[in-house]
Amino acid sequence: MAKPTIDEIANAMFDMVSQYDGKKNLKAGDLTKAMIAQYGEGNCTKDECKQAIRILMDSGRCVYSYFGGSFISLPKTEGSAPQ
Amino acid sequence: MADTKYETPMLDELESGPWPSFIKELKKVAPRKPMVQDLLGQLEQSYEEGQGHWKHGGIVGVMGYGGGVIGRYSDLADKFTNCAHFHTIRVNQPAGWFYTSKALRTICDIWERHGSGLTNMHGSTGDIVLLGTTTSELEPTFAELTANGFDLGGSGSDMRTPSCCVGKARCEWACYDTMALTYDLTQSFQDALHRPAFPYKFKIKSAGCPNDCVASIARADLSIIGTWRDDIRVDQEGVKAYEKAGLNIERDVCGRCPARCMEYSGKLMIDNRACVHCMHCINAMPKALRPGVDTGATILIGSKAPIVQGALLSSVLVPFMKIEPPYQELKDLIEKMWEWRDENGKSRERIGELIQRMGMRNFLPAVGLEPNPDMVFHPRANPYVFYDEYFVAEEEGEAQA
Repeated sequence: MAKPTIDEIANAMFDMVSQYDGKKNLKAGDLTKAMIAQYGEGNCTKDECKQAIRILMDSGRCVYSYFGGSFISLPKTEGSAPQ
Repeated sequence: MADTKYETPMLDELESGPWPSFIKELKKVAPRKPMVQDLLGQLEQSYEEGQGHWKHGGIVGVMGYGGGVIGRYSDLADKFTNCAHFHTIRVNQPAGWFYTSKALRTICDIWERHGSGLTNMHGSTGDIVLLGTTTSELEPTFAELTANGFDLGGSGSDMRTPSCCVGKARCEWACYDTMALTYDLTQSFQDALHRPAFPYKFKIKSAGCPNDCVASIARADLSIIGTWRDDIRVDQEGVKAYEKAGLNIERDVCGRCPARCMEYSGKLMIDNRACVHCMHCINAMPKALRPGVDTGATILIGSKAPIVQGALLSSVLVPFMKIEPPYQELKDLIEKMWEWRDENGKSRERIGELIQRMGMRNFLPAVGLEPNPDMVFHPRANPYVFYDEYFVAEEEGEAQA
């Protein structure tokens, strides 16, 4: 498999977060392990995964959330408080 | 007393007595802050019902950050609309908690503009804690804080804001510069502080000497406690002065030495090889005794308060390490720990619990350390290191029996 760019890793992570949205909370470590498994250790490093997560966060496509631990999820509208 | 929107007979009880009362403070703020008015109403209801009405979680930070904000929502939002959101913001404190009065006024003014005006100085993590704001005020607060040289602290599954004692700034016992180390670690690990990537939190606390004024041995996953490896410095004339002043040195100093490593008969004799560096004698005679000059720190691992599982105290990982810039040996060790924990840790599992689950024999090779009899839970005890010959001897003993 060809070595992916950081943006491609970010897109693959985003797809995974979208796929699991509402079903399972994913941690940064879950995404990193999944990307290394998908692309192979030689093609995808932990540092590149860190950079990919940063792209997702800085662009607002994903956000961090907390439910007893920190997770990466899709942005949500706050439902519990009036706007 | 300020007028409040709600009757609060139970809270009013907390204003009686000579001690400071947080209710008094809330009532002072309430006339200018509707969210504090409603906070008082909700708290009174909680006291009446004997149950809390906060939900926490969800939102965790500002754009790009995964820590520093603890989302807090009222489950009585329809009734107490002004405190429907009451988020906490953690602000990274300066090492040693030193401020100019101007800096404190700046923080307070920012919080008056964007939040409830209520603060906690400081939270148990060490951060400045700003209590109570709405989601829409998070980004403006952050913008003003950063414009004034402040940044958010840690929360969630990240490296929590490192904290330390006042160290060499105010204390003669400091065996290394705790403030310089804390500042350096904070700057070096910004990514780990702001972008949670761990299975669970990781706390670093630095104490300058074994007195451990920041209680790092009980509160930090990684405790860095100052120590020395040469001899205690003794001023025999100073010791005599304590005796002249009425101190019973044999009974109150030598007799309370846990290692029984000192004797006094007109001259204080210390068997430094048996000393466990408890600081008792130095604390008892601070003008006569001082730590040695070959100073550094003992690195301990694994303490935590009881949250998911019970409390743990840290145990010794590296008996002595020089703590000098650029602190590369320490940073490398920390990164190896994180690497191992990322590979093996479960969600909400602290590193001390992970070490208990997987064993020191798995942890030590991963961080590049050899087993060492000095890896102790407390002096004279050793919870982790087992030597094969012990088991052989036991088996032989059992076979003979």
